[in-house]
Amino acid sequence: MARTEKTLVGWARTAPSRATVLSGDEVTSDTQLAEAVTTAGPRGVIPRGLGRSYGDPAVNAGGLVVDMTARHRIHAVDAESGLVDVDAGVSLDTLMKVALPFGLWVPVLPGTRQVTIGGAIASDIHGKNHHSHGSFGNHVVSMDLLTGTGDIRRLEPEGPESELFWATVGGIGLTGIILRATVRMTKTETAYFVADTERTANLDETIERFSDGSDEAYDYSSAWFDSISTGPKLGRAALGRGSLARLDELPEKLRRDPLKFDAPQLATLPDVFPNGLANKATFSLIGELYYRKTKNKRGQIQNLTAFYHPLDLFGDWNRAYGSKGFLQYQFIVPLAAEAEFRSIIADIAASGHVSFLNVFKKFGEGNRAPLSFPMPGWNICVDFPIVDGLGRFCRDLDRRVLAMGGRLYTAKDSRTDAATFAAMYPRLDEWRKVRDAADPDGVFASDMSRRLALTS
Amino acid sequence: MIDAVGHPSSLLLLGGTSEIGLAIAERYLADGPVRVVLAGRQSPRLADAAARLGRAGAHVETVEFDAKDAAVHTEAVRKAFAGGDIDVAVVAFGLLGDQEKAWQDIDVAVELAEVNYVATVSVGVALAAEFRRQGHGRIVALSSVAGERARRSNFVYGSTKAGMDAFYSGLTEALRGDGIGVTIVRPGFVKTKMTAGMDSAPLATTPEEVARITVDAVTKRRELVWAPPQFRYVMSVLRHIPRPIFRRLPV
Repeated sequence: MARTEKTLVGWARTAPSRATVLSGDEVTSDTQLAEAVTTAGPRGVIPRGLGRSYGDPAVNAGGLVVDMTARHRIHAVDAESGLVDVDAGVSLDTLMKVALPFGLWVPVLPGTRQVTIGGAIASDIHGKNHHSHGSFGNHVVSMDLLTGTGDIRRLEPEGPESELFWATVGGIGLTGIILRATVRMTKTETAYFVADTERTANLDETIERFSDGSDEAYDYSSAWFDSISTGPKLGRAALGRGSLARLDELPEKLRRDPLKFDAPQLATLPDVFPNGLANKATFSLIGELYYRKTKNKRGQIQNLTAFYHPLDLFGDWNRAYGSKGFLQYQFIVPLAAEAEFRSIIADIAASGHVSFLNVFKKFGEGNRAPLSFPMPGWNICVDFPIVDGLGRFCRDLDRRVLAMGGRLYTAKDSRTDAATFAAMYPRLDEWRKVRDAADPDGVFASDMSRRLALTS
Repeated sequence: MIDAVGHPSSLLLLGGTSEIGLAIAERYLADGPVRVVLAGRQSPRLADAAARLGRAGAHVETVEFDAKDAAVHTEAVRKAFAGGDIDVAVVAFGLLGDQEKAWQDIDVAVELAEVNYVATVSVGVALAAEFRRQGHGRIVALSSVAGERARRSNFVYGSTKAGMDAFYSGLTEALRGDGIGVTIVRPGFVKTKMTAGMDSAPLATTPEEVARITVDAVTKRRELVWAPPQFRYVMSVLRHIPRPIFRRLPV
């Protein structure tokens, strides 16, 4: 069956909605997919990858959702130039496994490898190397986009089609369906990191560590921080910073197979967690353990899971939040807003809304894409279980983030309103103009585009 | 869209001057922006309601709707959805009437039955069609504890609410596969203009309290709630009391 009715949610498992999901031949055939897009009906169509966006960009109530994982071919890998030519439905996990033997590394890795190339472009994802390598869109050499008129256009970052290229980067699927892309990979000698880990005692030390220039020595850097403890422990962090290891940095044993894909998974969490298990007591305990486990050590050789994806040790970890789900709140504020930024961290700790999966990172330069999230600044990500009063609390955070000149990330947001989003992304109208020209009939739509009034 | 924390972007009140309906709108507005569509007969009271919500920060639209004219219900509901998706629709209209007249005067009885039962069913059918097309959303039906077991003092009203309640209970199941939710709210005695001058009853509540319970139920996607919640237990006892005893109870 190529079309099925399904109730879909984002990764945070909130706000379910019903759509007709397209899969199989109707997705893999260019002509059939173009036909499906141009005849989508009044509720429109949106592509969906592996559903790792937390909120509603890849769900489309009453309309069509194209399951892009059906397009999963890797067409070419060129070890010489570092270019890979892949279908949009290929996951970063698959790409990494295929490209590693050629000495090629996925240039931007988010917190999970379970995202598709199409999703990586559409959310313009970032990783721990944002300060050194920018976001995913910076590494895309070209892409094929199926537009609302049924045409397939080849887009490149420079030249005549560059406007639509950059509107598609970070464009959350609303400019069209990315079918295929050529990505410039990073060359590497090994699949391991040389990492330095350290603990900071408080927020001052954490901010200092990211401000003293030491970050520049690493390609990858980020920190887990404590957002529950108030008082002197507030903002204490476990930092992990490093770079891809050169062959001569590996111990003898690992040198025999330096490009081995080494990313173990211990267990997949079953779907049996009750609501309320994610609370202050359990989070404080796990946080304390995680903090203590981190030692001040330099020059460790770590595999991908240990350095980059510790959560991947547990598959489907989002189940631990129970059926009510959770809400991820990620924001960035300019570096100059440091004082107010500190007070936000303190207020989160004092709020009673508890979060364990807290990421702290200083971002580098952004790119040309009007809806791309990253800009130079302090990036914070926290996860809150859904409880009464969370909406009001987040609305207050929105207001403060906006006042600092900051913004929210579309791949994470699941609750802000249209006016706030528009104020956070002052180039929204510029993006709309390019989008509307590529999709004059307004074929592309999602629950997010309706919630945030992104399309006309 | 109803967002991840349960806040809707848009709200439709069928019965645009309903005090409970307006209290629900105000409760949502305290948490963030909402587009509100008020469906009711054009009147100074409807204009006042629109102004009141406007002051609370709502973007308000009004749609002409007369509960007694079933012929126009489909069109009225269609118009209510014309300005964009409706996330939550509240079936808030209803009449109480003079209960002693109601069981003796055909016109009064039929009017109660038409507004409280026929019109809520007709509107429910129209809402179901629009929501299925839309693929998301929630219907809130303001029922009453009076429908749970008919009492001598208000059985005409109670019978209409019993019918309405049964319809929306069934609709809850019919729409389940389409991703559309239904929340039935069964308030007890609510102190409003409809009950002004009447003696208050045990467990009497206010429109604001019913609104709080309703909004919480929508957020948690609950299908049946009581206001106040104790009524659930009170009524489950009353339901089973033998008639000879029940008729002697001061309820």
